[in-house]
Amino acid sequence: MKQIIKQRRIVDDHWTLVAPETEISSLPSGDIIVPLRLWQTHRSTLEQRSGKLGVCLTGDDDLEAIAAEVTRFPVIALSFPVFRDGRVYSFARQLRQQYGYRGEIRAVGEVLRDQLLYMERVGFDAFEVHPRQNIESALAAFDELTVKYQASSDEPRPLYQRY
Amino acid sequence: MYIYNQYDQRAVDERVAQFRDQTRRFLAGELSNDEFMTLRLMNGLYVQLHAPMLRVAIPYGLLSSRQMRMLAHIARKYDKGYGHFTTRQNIQYNWPRIEDAPDILADLASVQMHAIQTSGNCIRNVTSDPLAGAAADEIEDPRPYCEIIRQWSTFHPEFAYLPRKFKIAVTGASHDRAATLVHDIGLRLVRNNSGEVGFQVLVGGGLGRTPILAQTIRPFIEKEHLLSYLEAILRIYNLHGRRDNKYKARIKILVQSLGIERFREKVEAEWHKIKDQMQLDAREIERVKAFFAPLPYAPGAGDDREILVKAGTDAAFNRWLKYNVADHKVKGYRVVFIALKATGTPPGDITDIQMDAVAELADRYSFGLIRATHDQNLVLTDVKHSDLYTLWQALAAQELATPCIGTLADMICCPGSDFCELANASSIDVALMVQQRFEQLDYLYDLGELRLKMSGCMNGCGHHDIGHIGILGVDKKGEHWYQFSLGGFALNEGRLGERLGRSVPKAEVANTLEKLMCVYVDKRVEGERFVDTFNRIGIEPFKERVYETNH
Ligand code: HEM
Ligand code: SF4
Repeated sequence: MKQIIKQRRIVDDHWTLVAPETEISSLPSGDIIVPLRLWQTHRSTLEQRSGKLGVCLTGDDDLEAIAAEVTRFPVIALSFPVFRDGRVYSFARQLRQQYGYRGEIRAVGEVLRDQLLYMERVGFDAFEVHPRQNIESALAAFDELTVKYQASSDEPRPLYQRY
Repeated sequence: MYIYNQYDQRAVDERVAQFRDQTRRFLAGELSNDEFMTLRLMNGLYVQLHAPMLRVAIPYGLLSSRQMRMLAHIARKYDKGYGHFTTRQNIQYNWPRIEDAPDILADLASVQMHAIQTSGNCIRNVTSDPLAGAAADEIEDPRPYCEIIRQWSTFHPEFAYLPRKFKIAVTGASHDRAATLVHDIGLRLVRNNSGEVGFQVLVGGGLGRTPILAQTIRPFIEKEHLLSYLEAILRIYNLHGRRDNKYKARIKILVQSLGIERFREKVEAEWHKIKDQMQLDAREIERVKAFFAPLPYAPGAGDDREILVKAGTDAAFNRWLKYNVADHKVKGYRVVFIALKATGTPPGDITDIQMDAVAELADRYSFGLIRATHDQNLVLTDVKHSDLYTLWQALAAQELATPCIGTLADMICCPGSDFCELANASSIDVALMVQQRFEQLDYLYDLGELRLKMSGCMNGCGHHDIGHIGILGVDKKGEHWYQFSLGGFALNEGRLGERLGRSVPKAEVANTLEKLMCVYVDKRVEGERFVDTFNRIGIEPFKERVYETNH
């Protein structure tokens, strides 16, 4: 079974991330994370499935599109087509701090060790680490920088209020 | 100046350890070139033509003598005995080894310095008025706010992978010496109608391929909303800035394509969502302000008679006083510019020995503090009038007293093709040619204030677009040619220079300048600077003279 990092631990993961171009007719069974487009166009079909449902957004998508219904997704995946596409860092913060989303925010795509720390700070708590990255050694990244000057999803107050 | 507490120290120490491990993994082949590039850039490390280049942050241009000694030590130990002060108040080293970078960063951390976010697509080192705290035209000292912004932006988890680099400049004076008009965000401390001090916020300025002057997004924002407003701007940029083309990825392009009105709407909408959660405490402002409290100036100091006499008898000293020394807000004190423009050295370059000497002189004469300017010079901002003569002699002994500030010989220039792999043309040798041509001081002084700025390519690191005279290196079938522009400036208001005409070969650069000067000397009326004459008569007379065929 696939392994991911969830809340800083390596765990087995049962979710299937559905590829962007997948047709509604060829969805896998079980718990799936579907691209936003599929959710928007085949909502009722998806709602009738038996498995659990998550949604996946990329920086090209409009986060507003799911604003009213974030709580219906136990998982929201945010995708990094390349590791330096930083748009979804802002999505994660908006989800946590403006939409009040408490479910799992999962990083998918080119998720590498050296970005995990900041991803966690903005609100990601699950990481489908890229296959070329050793998942065990990636765990060390979370503790590399412990000084958090500014408030973010993980820490509501800036450093100066926490002295 | 700001002194690190345990958290600030831990932040830089941990960063060194993190980068040491990243470098180790890169050298062991565990990190790809591409991945390591992003990480090393955020630690100031470029890879250039001959060697890596390390850019060290000098937050808002302020250094202690102890830090300056460390910069000298680094130049000696890891480089070829010199460093290069840039137009962004930073220092660059041209010859470090990648393997040594973690050790250099550790040395910097030992004196509360770092190279964090001096490159890469993140919020860069904040720049400011080099005369902050000493200038008489100040509404409020901008440095506490620079430091607050430095801390807020350091390791900001949301804004480390922006579409492109992001530069913020802050000024607190009525004369803008921080070039806020050509920054991604410019902040100006201003007083509103009810006498309260806050910030005018400008956005979308920048040089480079598409030079654009910033526009006001908000005429006034209260101090408590400073960080939330910055955060809102950054978030809108992060979400909507272009990422498909790096030349169109700066915030200026986003502001242009949306228009300032629509951009403002988006920012304000975002800001209203976050402003109450992230107010900047007045207590925190006071805490940081305390680090920039007025220096212990000698009470009742006044101008020294002996110095006035010396000025009357020693022509060289008098010249230096006139060009390199400026007024101070406190009676009996002066601001002293240290020109890094000696003939025969690239603008901004300084040796380890000179750095040590500057540190020593700062200790002796200026409260142990040194500033770096946008014009690639240094400043001792708080010198007693009575110390000027001895200071001048000591500076002159180090070739640091060239009396040229604000003149043609004070030109700024980027590293060009000597060090930079993006360059179209060399700039250092052209600067040297110009220095030699205009070595004659009387001539130079007759030409008055003249801001000459040169870049080796259209990226514009030498600010050529805002030079009274700008020179831009272009490549013509492998040869170095130079494109002139006239009349640029960026102060409270600004204008981009106007192109003179076709570019000239390297051998003609100094001649061309001389022709421009001839037109100016011919046409000027009493008291006019070059740029004033240009404004009055326009570009045609200059064009005619430079491109006339019958000579
Ligand atoms: C030698 C290595 C350097 C490289 C590879 C480099 C690269 C660049 C590039 C690509 C740009 C254009 C950015 C854009 O338009 O989006 C730029 C702009 C700029 N650089 Fe450099 N640069 C170097 C050195 C310097 C130096 C030495 C200075 C200071 C003297 C400097 C200061 C600036 C400034 C002020 C700008 C223009 C302002 C703006 O960002 O709009 N750079 N640089
Ligand atoms: S202006 Fe061009 S040549 Fe000069 S340093 Fe910048 S990128 Fe290099």
